[in-house]
Amino acid sequence: PLCCKPEKRGKVVCLPRLSRVAVCGGTHGNELSGVYLVRELLKAKDIVMEEEREEPASVLMVLANPRAMQQCRRYVDTDLNRCFTHATLNGPISDSAPYEMTRSRELNAMLGPKGSPGAVDLVCDLHNTTANMGLCLIAYSDCDWICLHIFKHLQRQMPDVPMRFIHFDVSSKESYSLDSVGKHGFAMEIGPQPHGVVRSNIYTAMKDGVQHMLDWVRLFNSGTIFEAGFVDVFTIVKNIDYPRDSETHNITATIHPQLQDRDFLLLHPDDALFQTFSGETLRYKGNEPLYPFFVNECAYYEKGIALSLARKRHVVVPAIRAQTEAERRRDQQGFASEEE
Amino acid sequence: MSSYSSSARFDEARRVAIFGGTHGNEMSGVTLVNLWVKNGSEIQRKMVDTKPFITNPRAVEKCTRYVDTDLNRAFTPENLSALGEGDLPYEVQRAQEINRIFGPKGSPEAYDVIFDLHNTTSNMGCTLILESSKDYFNLQMMNYIKVTALRSYFCCVNIVLCDWFIAGLEVGPQPQGVLRSNIFEAMRVILKHALDFIELFNEGRTGVEFPTCTVEVFRVLERIDYPRDANGNIIAMVHPNLQDGDWEPLNPGDPMFLTFDGKTLHYQGSGTIYPTFINEAAYYEKQQAFVTTRRETLVASAIRKA
Repeated sequence: PLCCKPEKRGKVVCLPRLSRVAVCGGTHGNELSGVYLVRELLKAKDIVMEEEREEPASVLMVLANPRAMQQCRRYVDTDLNRCFTHATLNGPISDSAPYEMTRSRELNAMLGPKGSPGAVDLVCDLHNTTANMGLCLIAYSDCDWICLHIFKHLQRQMPDVPMRFIHFDVSSKESYSLDSVGKHGFAMEIGPQPHGVVRSNIYTAMKDGVQHMLDWVRLFNSGTIFEAGFVDVFTIVKNIDYPRDSETHNITATIHPQLQDRDFLLLHPDDALFQTFSGETLRYKGNEPLYPFFVNECAYYEKGIALSLARKRHVVVPAIRAQTEAERRRDQQGFASEEE
Repeated sequence: MSSYSSSARFDEARRVAIFGGTHGNEMSGVTLVNLWVKNGSEIQRKMVDTKPFITNPRAVEKCTRYVDTDLNRAFTPENLSALGEGDLPYEVQRAQEINRIFGPKGSPEAYDVIFDLHNTTSNMGCTLILESSKDYFNLQMMNYIKVTALRSYFCCVNIVLCDWFIAGLEVGPQPQGVLRSNIFEAMRVILKHALDFIELFNEGRTGVEFPTCTVEVFRVLERIDYPRDANGNIIAMVHPNLQDGDWEPLNPGDPMFLTFDGKTLHYQGSGTIYPTFINEAAYYEKQQAFVTTRRETLVASAIRKA
């Protein structure tokens, strides 16, 4: 992919401007920070539209799953945030298709099509988690310099908010979430917050995060050079399910009190993982220490995930800036002649 | 000179029910009751018949608060006498069924004690809900639970007095659909003490009584809704100063709500109150951001077995 071209140390990577950005809330209808934030941003936009305003980038605000939002549920028929694989978006669809499958195609038409030159440049998809994860940016790539620089910018601007960059090592062929529709994209996941609740501290963190992200986009588009640096990237290694009853499939243990709320604190072999209902401690049997996250996320009980585990890596991030108009035209011509 | 002759007499509490899953996504009660249905030895007590029971199985299966309507509001006289069976909302059918098995309330066939297990997203800790200040049996039981839990587990238990709440046990904070080990264990401990009390009471050795006692409670005054716009949409959140501040005094002028654009709204009441049920998820649709209470000391008459 374009973002992963190897660059000489010290060189500034030039990337296309981000002319269209989408901010999406309510992909899960009960993750309320994003629902309320996008509603507020839509209201503010209505006010701004009345004035003369020149925006170097256009920002689309989208409420992704309105029916689920209305019922304050994660989804109506099926998880919308798993409906964006190429196969699901382009495969056959029946009249009785789940609501979210129809909706994912609408969103793909609006913000995509995924994988095409017409797709928006950046998707920021807003989520909440019941896990004690602070603010996380979740992306499919560990070398998308746009996403990594946005993360570094947020870290600088919001030093009091615990912040991590999570990398889901999934190929673009297999990518399934809304943020994969744009040329660049990430989920902004903030917790802990119960689903169906708005906590003011969490809302404020998300509002600030989105604002700083949009500020970064404007700075980037106006030619700012963002210096090289590094980011600690957490790459997912595996998930661990709850112990379950073989007949009923019901869980037979809870996250151990020594692990509960301790996302991103290193889990060592033999550390406590679960506490059975009869009080027994079950321990982590892996070989290497890993970083837990999504510890006791409500929505993952049905997906068979009690916690996820990640390795941490120091990723070097090159300096970047936006392509100039001249560079962009050269790029287009180069592309055209390659095709010939 | 003892007050033995003036203690209130109650029949033995022979039959006790423990309800879980009245709201299908309040996981501590669902998990405990399922556990005890499978193996009830933990809840057995001498001379007491304890029955664990899942009240809303369809909501539990879907891990949702309710299917058609809130079961905890379904026990009205109209609903309990409604005809139509299969055409009635699911929870109304359930309310009729539960009333048949465990009630009717107030009749001689009714169960003696019912514990209805709930969780809340509010930072309420362990809370017992009392409907009447004259209900000396429940008041004595709650006092016993409160004193014992504090002594044995340093676990603080609060008692809420309200005649428009349904009696029960609330433990929080816990997100809906999530099972937290500390919340699970706390609820388990509360039930243990409650059953111990019933066993002690039933033993009723001659001369043994639970002496008169004073009990600190929080009497509910009113519910406060979120500020809303003309279309009924919420326009502010619980203020960070108030969030998680259950049982802490809220004084006139203290921050109460924070609008989405950052403005603080202050509490305009005439005196200090003690807020609770702050930011309970299920109450957004019931127009309740929190309830106000005042502290009161109740006197529970001495009680003994009849």
